[in-house]
Amino acid sequence: MTFRLATLVVLFSGIWLLWSGYFEPLLLSLGAVSVAITIWLSLRMQLLDRESAPLHLTWRFLLYVPWLLREILLANWAVIGLIIRGRGAISPRWVVVDGRQHHDETLAILANSITLTPGTVTVDVAGRTLLVHAVDAAAADGLLSDDMNRRVAALEVD
Amino acid sequence: METAALILDILSWALLLIGSAACVLAGIGLHRFPDVYSRTHASGVSDTLGVLAILTGLLLQAPSFGVGIKLLMVLGFLWISGPTATHALVQAAWIRGIEPVLGAGPDPFHRDEDGDNTEEVQ
Repeated sequence: MTFRLATLVVLFSGIWLLWSGYFEPLLLSLGAVSVAITIWLSLRMQLLDRESAPLHLTWRFLLYVPWLLREILLANWAVIGLIIRGRGAISPRWVVVDGRQHHDETLAILANSITLTPGTVTVDVAGRTLLVHAVDAAAADGLLSDDMNRRVAALEVD
Repeated sequence: METAALILDILSWALLLIGSAACVLAGIGLHRFPDVYSRTHASGVSDTLGVLAILTGLLLQAPSFGVGIKLLMVLGFLWISGPTATHALVQAAWIRGIEPVLGAGPDPFHRDEDGDNTEEVQ
């Protein structure tokens, strides 16, 4: 908890400095007040838990992003092809994905990754099972290969 | 120095054009695809490639470090809020009882208890 709090103070201060770009005493003290109020509000709203501030995932997540980016670009290429060929080219279908994740925050990362990738959209969730709408067989097969599911599960430390 | 700036400009313009083309194609897809679920796949192209290419193109034109950081933050926010909004939209449609137009094969999730599905297809 103390570690999470300290990390967030450093993080918020860093973000404030990056966004303002001013280093006069008045503006710096206003920034310190903003950070203090933000932390206080987050504590009051009980937002400083592992789910809303998943700091434990940071480094693994940063390694996951380049892979996701590649997947998204490839999926974009495929969906653009479908758009050009028109309605007859698509063959929408349901895909059921059983999340290998043990925590809600990583399951949310999987669901959001699926939605972020064009061609697949997470429609509903029940327990650890995601209901996904896929635009054609290729998009569905990509999901059924379980590659993304495995990689997101590997983000988990415990 | 001159040629470096020129290469940067060409790269930046190429990215801006790619992003604009992605957004136009997403718009065409919105009209071509048959239902709300498949249309979200088309809009995904502007949400991801459109946003990525246009913001990267602008990043190459950023006059200062501060502006560049803000553009990267905008990219991060849009890539998180985009799928969240898309999911909210399709889940609302699903809960409302709108059935998707599927390709060949059976539909294991078809719900027929609700007769007033307001699909705007065909």
